[in-house]
Amino acid sequence: MKKHDTPMIDELENGPWPSFISGIKRLRDTHPEKRINEMTNDLLGQLEHSYETRKGYWKGGTVSVYGYGGGIIPRFSEVGSAFPASKEFHTLRVQPPAGNFYSTSMLRQLADSWEKHGSGLVTFHGQTGNIMFIGSTTENTQHFFDEINDYGFDLGGAGPCVRTAMSCVGAGRCEMSNVNEHKAHRLLVNNFTDDVHRPALPYKFKFKVSGCPNDCMNSIERADMSVIGTWRDDIKVDQEEFKKYVEMKGRKYVIDNIVTRCPTNAISLNDDDSIQIDNQNCVKCMHCLNVVPKALQCGDDKGVTILIGGKRTLKIGDLMGTVIVPFMKLEKEEDWERLVEIAEETIDFWADNALEHERCGEMIERIGLVNFLEGVGIDVDPNMVANPRESSYVRTDDWDDEAVKWYEKADQREKDSA
Amino acid sequence: MSESAKKEMRTPIETGCPDGFQYMHPTMRKNFGQWKYHEHPRPGVLVHVAHSGEEIWTVRAGTQRILDVFTLRTLCDIGDEFADGYVRFTIRSNIEYMVSDKDKVQPLIDALEKEGFIVGGTKNSVAMISHTQGWLHCDIPGTDASGVVKAMMDELIDEFRNNDMPNRVHLTTSCCQINCGGQGDIAINIQHTKPPKINHDLVSNVCERPSVVARCPVAAIRPAMVNGKPSLEVDEKKCICCGACFPPCPPMQINDPEHSKLAIWVGGNHSNARSKPSFQKLVAAGIPNNPPRWPEATAIVKRILSAYKEDARDWERINDWIERIGWPRFFELTELPFTKYHIDNWRGGRKTLNSSAYVRF
Repeated sequence: MKKHDTPMIDELENGPWPSFISGIKRLRDTHPEKRINEMTNDLLGQLEHSYETRKGYWKGGTVSVYGYGGGIIPRFSEVGSAFPASKEFHTLRVQPPAGNFYSTSMLRQLADSWEKHGSGLVTFHGQTGNIMFIGSTTENTQHFFDEINDYGFDLGGAGPCVRTAMSCVGAGRCEMSNVNEHKAHRLLVNNFTDDVHRPALPYKFKFKVSGCPNDCMNSIERADMSVIGTWRDDIKVDQEEFKKYVEMKGRKYVIDNIVTRCPTNAISLNDDDSIQIDNQNCVKCMHCLNVVPKALQCGDDKGVTILIGGKRTLKIGDLMGTVIVPFMKLEKEEDWERLVEIAEETIDFWADNALEHERCGEMIERIGLVNFLEGVGIDVDPNMVANPRESSYVRTDDWDDEAVKWYEKADQREKDSA
Repeated sequence: MSESAKKEMRTPIETGCPDGFQYMHPTMRKNFGQWKYHEHPRPGVLVHVAHSGEEIWTVRAGTQRILDVFTLRTLCDIGDEFADGYVRFTIRSNIEYMVSDKDKVQPLIDALEKEGFIVGGTKNSVAMISHTQGWLHCDIPGTDASGVVKAMMDELIDEFRNNDMPNRVHLTTSCCQINCGGQGDIAINIQHTKPPKINHDLVSNVCERPSVVARCPVAAIRPAMVNGKPSLEVDEKKCICCGACFPPCPPMQINDPEHSKLAIWVGGNHSNARSKPSFQKLVAAGIPNNPPRWPEATAIVKRILSAYKEDARDWERINDWIERIGWPRFFELTELPFTKYHIDNWRGGRKTLNSSAYVRF
């Protein structure tokens, strides 16, 4: 095998950070299987060509496994005659265990399967959250999938479908967890396996679950349906620990970094160095808990906030999710069923009403939040807005009826918040 | 497909997302949902303490992200020899080892560093850059992703290893304007500056023309007959060079070796802490897309980081810092030019203008 000259990407072997180029070269130079040596050699050759010409040379196509319509990112080389061994270089998107937990033995099993059928390159994880097995021929994608599917792994989404979901480390390790994140993640996405594997929706739909409003899964900005753990009773305070912190850091530091950083001015420092929190005005931003995790903890009346419609630029510009459920408990079986039902109703309504290639948030932008809420049967709530309407261009013919509805539901709201 | 061939095809088992619980460290399983607090004894190490009094120690390390199976097995070997055989990956593709015994932490760190992995990425560090696929695998990339990250992390390695920043800094890169890398405190993204170059011979065969027309955010694409063939044309005065037409219609090549530039955005923050989540804002553009090491982009990122480190207060993320000091001061401190392109003219852009008498002098 003649090795391609790669002077430009060789530069990426210098420097202290681990080099992916050195890794690909290890596969080329030391892997016992000739197929992998040749495939990675040509991959390096094509990558060098990209570096020299500042252009990409992969094209999409249609590749899937038997029974599914998605889950594979097909890549055919436009310069395959110069780099034949990597001319088919598809990626399999595989759903990781919720929370991204692995045993080393499971990782070894995946590595063994992958080098049998693929290039030997893998990423934990792609930006949607999949394990990315990068580089396989059309035929071998099927063999690799058959093998890992037998021991419990399944493909994720690609194309206009429900995509692989994400959840944080959550209750597995974090004291700020307010919900079983992994249960919510799996209940939601696994309810839609058909919509994951057979792309037939207007565009992509993503679920992300974060256990607290620190939102480590970036769900508000990246998920069509964002589920965020929260609580509605008081922040739990260990005053002795808090006083110890004041003693250690000093009052000025505590005032500058805790008291004045509270977005709703809900915190005071008492004269005896204990903390006073106006819990009714706490918006659960997490800042003070982040600063003093030993003294301040989330409350006990835990649940989730649900937002709909986050997405990045295409087509109309960036959108964040919007609150559609300010708070719901996830305790009883029917609570979990209701969570899945909200997802089902959202996806059904969106599938029926979206334009082609229109994300759920873009549809809401086009039709207005109220039409969406009526479509999925959720009542309006002042927590859904940053402020009420500023524009007077609105017809209010049915104002009295709507006001009656609000008062009629007051009893229910009182019961809910009790 | 013949009936006999079909019989040989294996029907998939649609199990979806596997349960992570089975792969958790036993101490984590035992104390699931029962954690009390955490501490951060040194960069790259976290200890979480449960109500039961049990502890789980986490060591976080950066890798090359695009892992070859040898590297993956090395990571597993370290897990077997120095940890308890359990790992997880963070959203920014760092690996985490979890052990219940404090005494295992230092040997684990030593083993990771001996193999060239970088322990760090916690708390007030510059975290691992979250990135996309780039030239290695994407079908529409304007640049590489792994290469930019490698070159940049070589320069930022001390900021990853240490906790010298006012708060954490999340960096992202994206090799097209779709921005798979997402929001970041600092984002380095492709910004095209010229309309697509159309190969009219191929359009009618390759592209579903009405959906390409519909894809354009500014309605600059219309059907046209070119050289007697059905094709598409672009109103170049309207075109914003976003590249949205390129994925559904590859003959509309948007990537240009010279005119596809890099832009830098700051202040994206997904957390709700202190203020509502924020989107990133444009601060620099026209930066050359200069492989293999992209020195111009790295230099600007370092300049922003150094101004932030110098001037921000404890706990301020980049967006909090700029909110306090104001944008004029930001441009002054970073010595970046403020241009007409910084003023948003997209729909809703008027909300980003200063409609007050608030001016800092």
